Amino acid sequence: MRCLGKGMRLLGRSYWCVAILAGLTAPLEGADLLPYDIVEDSIPNSLTGAAGDAAAGRAAFIDRDRGHCLLCHSVSSIEDPFHGTIGPDLSAIGSSLTAGQLRFRVVDQTRLSADTVMPAYYRVKGLRQVDPPFQGKPILTAQEVEDVVAYLASLKEAPE
Amino acid sequence: MTLRAVIASLIGAGVLVFTITGVVAQSPTERAIDDADLKSGYDFQSEDTRALQDDDFANPGFLWVDKGAALFSEKAGKNDRACTTCHTDTVRSIKGAAARYPSVDEKTGQLINIEQRINLCRERHQQAEPLSYESEDLLAMTAYVAHQSRGQPFNAKTDGTAQSHFEAGRDYYYARKGQMNLACHHCHEWNWGQMLRGDRLSQGHGNGYPAYRFEWQTIGSLHRRLRNCDKGVRAEPLPFGAQEYVDLELYLAWRASRLTLETPSVRR
Ligand code: HEC
Ligand code: HEC
Ligand code: HEC
Repeated sequence: MRCLGKGMRLLGRSYWCVAILAGLTAPLEGADLLPYDIVEDSIPNSLTGAAGDAAAGRAAFIDRDRGHCLLCHSVSSIEDPFHGTIGPDLSAIGSSLTAGQLRFRVVDQTRLSADTVMPAYYRVKGLRQVDPPFQGKPILTAQEVEDVVAYLASLKEAPE
Repeated sequence: MTLRAVIASLIGAGVLVFTITGVVAQSPTERAIDDADLKSGYDFQSEDTRALQDDDFANPGFLWVDKGAALFSEKAGKNDRACTTCHTDTVRSIKGAAARYPSVDEKTGQLINIEQRINLCRERHQQAEPLSYESEDLLAMTAYVAHQSRGQPFNAKTDGTAQSHFEAGRDYYYARKGQMNLACHHCHEWNWGQMLRGDRLSQGHGNGYPAYRFEWQTIGSLHRRLRNCDKGVRAEPLPFGAQEYVDLELYLAWRASRLTLETPSVRR
């Protein structure tokens, strides 16, 4: 299933090999998770069938008990003294990735690059030693994923 | 250093070999972090915190070292013996001992850490009850014993009877775990120096433990820190003194090798 994540990354973020394999296997992540289809490096359709709410997504993005994305990322429009530097800055991510691409990265970045440091937010399988309160649960609910995607899509380059 | 630069240099150095499962197989003679880049947690602290560690009179960890020194010469147990009955500067000195731990106990064949050695001596040689992990007395005694190796590099044995423990520790180190699905190296080898929200990530060495942490408002053992790191990725923390953590301690001692012990260190 896995392609050489590291090697692929060195060749310049060429994720396709893993993405195509993932697409072929028609992912169905655990009984309670909603199924989704992967097309190239994106999940084009909303998990819930409805559009997310950007304001709720911003809250889930910041909340320590939900997204807590600031652990690794920075966003210039969020006023907080502490932003992480492990992942790329997301201040204008809505200008470079489509909603479908954003959704895939939030749902399960490991399907794009097996060695990624970014957790999969909508996945329950293939994890080990999970602390009992979190067992069998994805980090974000399908609704929260959609809200976060709507929020990320709203982060655009400031007009000149 | 960027993640990619680290990966490139690792692959360049031929240090890592990935198996199909993504678990890292690594030769026990080569380390992922070059000796030249090896940094203690001390180097990632603020100037004030470093100054506090450097001053033996102000360093709060010395409260425990001093208490440990007192306990060391206090009689305990049915045999009415103190540690000093058997361990003096010239006879069976404990100077430098902590730098050789974890170590395999010859009588039981178990890999044990300093806390467990202290408790073995209590049971075996003093006929006293073992102290519970993270109790004030065990922290004090451990801080005192480890302090007797301050300035010495780790020199724990990783071959022979210790080898299988070393390998188990390495496997734990590189295994993804928890709801966040992260392994130790994701933070401490690929991203040291980076900010994890408000924390600057260190290389995750155990050379300062027991350490006084402001976050804890007290001194704590290395196992307490390891439990925190496991909980941080929403993995189930193992019990204090768990064999897996002692094995991991041996791997950590090896990967920290040229760093010297700092106990009692002061951390954010
Ligand atoms: C433990 C660190 C970590 C956390 C927590 C994290 N990320 Fe990431 N993220 C990364 C890294 C590292 C990358 C770079 C891609 C890679 O390494 O695979 C990344 C990449 C991304 C990307 C793609 C950026 C690009 O330019 O291609 C998006 C979008 C993203 N993250 C969103 C999020 C959101 C939303 C959250 C919270 C729900 C989050 N991340 C939490 C580490 C993290
Ligand atoms: C999500 C990131 C993350 C992961 C994964 C992680 N840690 Fe940590 N670790 C931290 C943070 C944050 C600290 C406190 C700041 C520092 O010293 O890096 C820390 C501190 C430490 C320290 C104390 C360093 C010192 O000088 O005081 C040790 C030892 C350590 N980690 C070992 C481990 C081990 C072993 C693992 C795997 C079981 C692990 N960590 C996994 C984030 C992480
Ligand atoms: C009756 C004598 C005796 C007493 C009392 C005693 N020890 Fe020991 N200690 C030993 C012996 C013998 C060893 C070697 C291991 C063994 O055979 O148990 C040892 C080993 C050690 C070591 C490891 C030394 C090394 O180089 O590996 C440490 C540390 C230690 N003892 C600390 C203590 C402490 C702390 C106390 C008091 C709580 C204590 N001992 C009480 C006899 C004693």
